[in-house]
Amino acid sequence: MRPRAVVKQALAMGLDMIAICDHNSAENAASFMGAGSEGGLTVLPGMEVTSKEEIHLIALFSKHEDCMALQDFIYRNLPGENVENVFGRQTKVNEKDETIGINRKMLIGATLLPIEQIVSVVGSLGGVAIASHIDRQAFSLLGQLGFIPEGIALDGLEISPRTSEEEARGRFHPYRRFSFVRSSDAHYLRDIGKSFTHFLLDKTTAEEVKMALHRQEGRKVMEQ
Amino acid sequence: MTLSDLVKSFGLTIEAGRDRLREEVTGGYASDLLSDVIAHGRKGNVWITIQTHPNIVAVATMKELSGIVLTGGRQPEAETVQKAEQEGIPILSSPLFTFELIGRLYQMGILGMSPC
Repeated sequence: MRPRAVVKQALAMGLDMIAICDHNSAENAASFMGAGSEGGLTVLPGMEVTSKEEIHLIALFSKHEDCMALQDFIYRNLPGENVENVFGRQTKVNEKDETIGINRKMLIGATLLPIEQIVSVVGSLGGVAIASHIDRQAFSLLGQLGFIPEGIALDGLEISPRTSEEEARGRFHPYRRFSFVRSSDAHYLRDIGKSFTHFLLDKTTAEEVKMALHRQEGRKVMEQ
Repeated sequence: MTLSDLVKSFGLTIEAGRDRLREEVTGGYASDLLSDVIAHGRKGNVWITIQTHPNIVAVATMKELSGIVLTGGRQPEAETVQKAEQEGIPILSSPLFTFELIGRLYQMGILGMSPC
């Protein structure tokens, strides 16, 4: 899952925009954005944050520095060191797909931060906050809490490839006040583009995605 | 006490790691948050949980736990069983709910660790 390979595959699958959301880190975001820029694909810097309740949250940004601000906050609240023989090596790469470093933090672990605080911080940094794979039991908002807390400032809910659009609309009818998005959550090249969201946007930016999720000014999520 | 003893005493179903049940159990730990087990689990502990996804195997491997018991009649996911067999981590299942199972394990002498 190196920058050039990912960009090439995304373009081959007909995608206009992707987001890179590593667990609790965005140190590779700039390299992917660079590769995207070179290849003609919009790459949004992002992160999949693990809350203390072990809920996964997707954060998307337009600007690299906003994503880095979230990373700083997450790093200050993320204990532990990676165990490479169990979880694998966490490499930092450059735009040319070369390894330039290793991340020693336990990125697979949970932060000390409650979900609502993470959502709030993402919002204050101008990012988009989406609850990950709510249709799955593990590490999801619904899986961990059984409900969506009143007043939580989420921009959307993600449905994984495992659940069809139709099934999701039925099962998550109580949460229809939120927009649903679909993504591949690709951890391997072959999964890129397996699932995606079709947006109506003016530009490929995180701000436009946020407007679409909130059905503002003509931007929207297109039905599949 | 070994996992094999627990299987016999509690009629646990063996879901994975059938050949690793002679592991001596050093104590018990109960949590459904993986980060919590990572922080407090001890080598040789038997982990009581309702989590059935594959990541439980990684945690058990990392902390060198003697095995995992799923409660409430839960069964591990197919991928979880696969990983458990690969890593040699026993996974057992009990029809009892967590609170009840732990109470009985405690009475049998499987104790928890004192707080850090």
